[in-house]
Amino acid sequence: MSEIKIDKEKCKSCMICASVCPKGLIKLNNEHVNHAGNKYVEFVDKNNECLGCALCAMSCPDMAIYEVLK
Amino acid sequence: MEQTLQQVFKRPEPYKKNYNYPFCAGCGHGVVLRLIAEVLEELKIHTKTIATASVGCSINLDKFYNLDIVGADHGRAPCVATGVKRSKPDKIVFTYQGDGDAATIGFNELMHTALRGENITTICVNNTNFGMTGGQASATSILGQVTATTKNGRDPKISGYPAKISEMISNCDGAAFVARVAIFSPQSIIKAKAAIKKAFECQIKGLGFAFVEVIAACPTGWKLKPVQALEYIKNEVTKVHRLGIFKDFTESMA
Repeated sequence: MSEIKIDKEKCKSCMICASVCPKGLIKLNNEHVNHAGNKYVEFVDKNNECLGCALCAMSCPDMAIYEVLK
Repeated sequence: MEQTLQQVFKRPEPYKKNYNYPFCAGCGHGVVLRLIAEVLEELKIHTKTIATASVGCSINLDKFYNLDIVGADHGRAPCVATGVKRSKPDKIVFTYQGDGDAATIGFNELMHTALRGENITTICVNNTNFGMTGGQASATSILGQVTATTKNGRDPKISGYPAKISEMISNCDGAAFVARVAIFSPQSIIKAKAAIKKAFECQIKGLGFAFVEVIAACPTGWKLKPVQALEYIKNEVTKVHRLGIFKDFTESMA
């Protein structure tokens, strides 16, 4: 029942968060861009698999993942 | 049944509410700035900290921090921080510099600050090039690294050998804590945070000069994708710039 919150306006789609997620729950949105013109990632967790480990938030260089709830 | 969720990651207290990162995608500066803010919050010293900004991508710290910040000329941040610390000894003073600033242009200032044993903390983000001006070679560029000014890779016959600043600073008697850490994985980020925390504890105890060199990625300067840049740190840069704690007086004199 853990959850991460992503601010899509801050995301620059560097994909470091997706590379460290042990469950592979962070996916790139290939259809839309944010106001800065960058693609952004989305948190897709349909089966409540997120562990709340906060590795993604720790690795995010832009602090676009601004909150992790466990 | 509803479970209450606990917050395990949040915005650090010294950060502004509407922070916005001007860095390129995958830049290591964002992680290091956040780690410093978390350490200041954990040690409860963020209300009495004065930061010294240098020149380069590292000057952007004023866009995030709710701290008092003094600007300095290129490479001269340790001198400005010396003045701030000597006039306000009860404040915590740190400088935030890049490797072009601390190791290439201002190494003389950095070394003499370490020799004087000034009670300040220096965080040097080493991305082995001049990031802001377009990825030119700096003193710490590794052999064979392709930059804007070393098109065929750094050749020691033309541009010499890479400067290993942590080893050089650890030979200065005034330095109390010298460490080199890197940012390429969550584990290495935890180690980097521990080293930054020790550097600030060193200043609180008044032991002398504390220096932490953080190897960070510059995907734009290295012309790599952000995840590849982290692999490059792990496989290439840390082979030349060895990680470790070179000097630690915090435990022997505590």
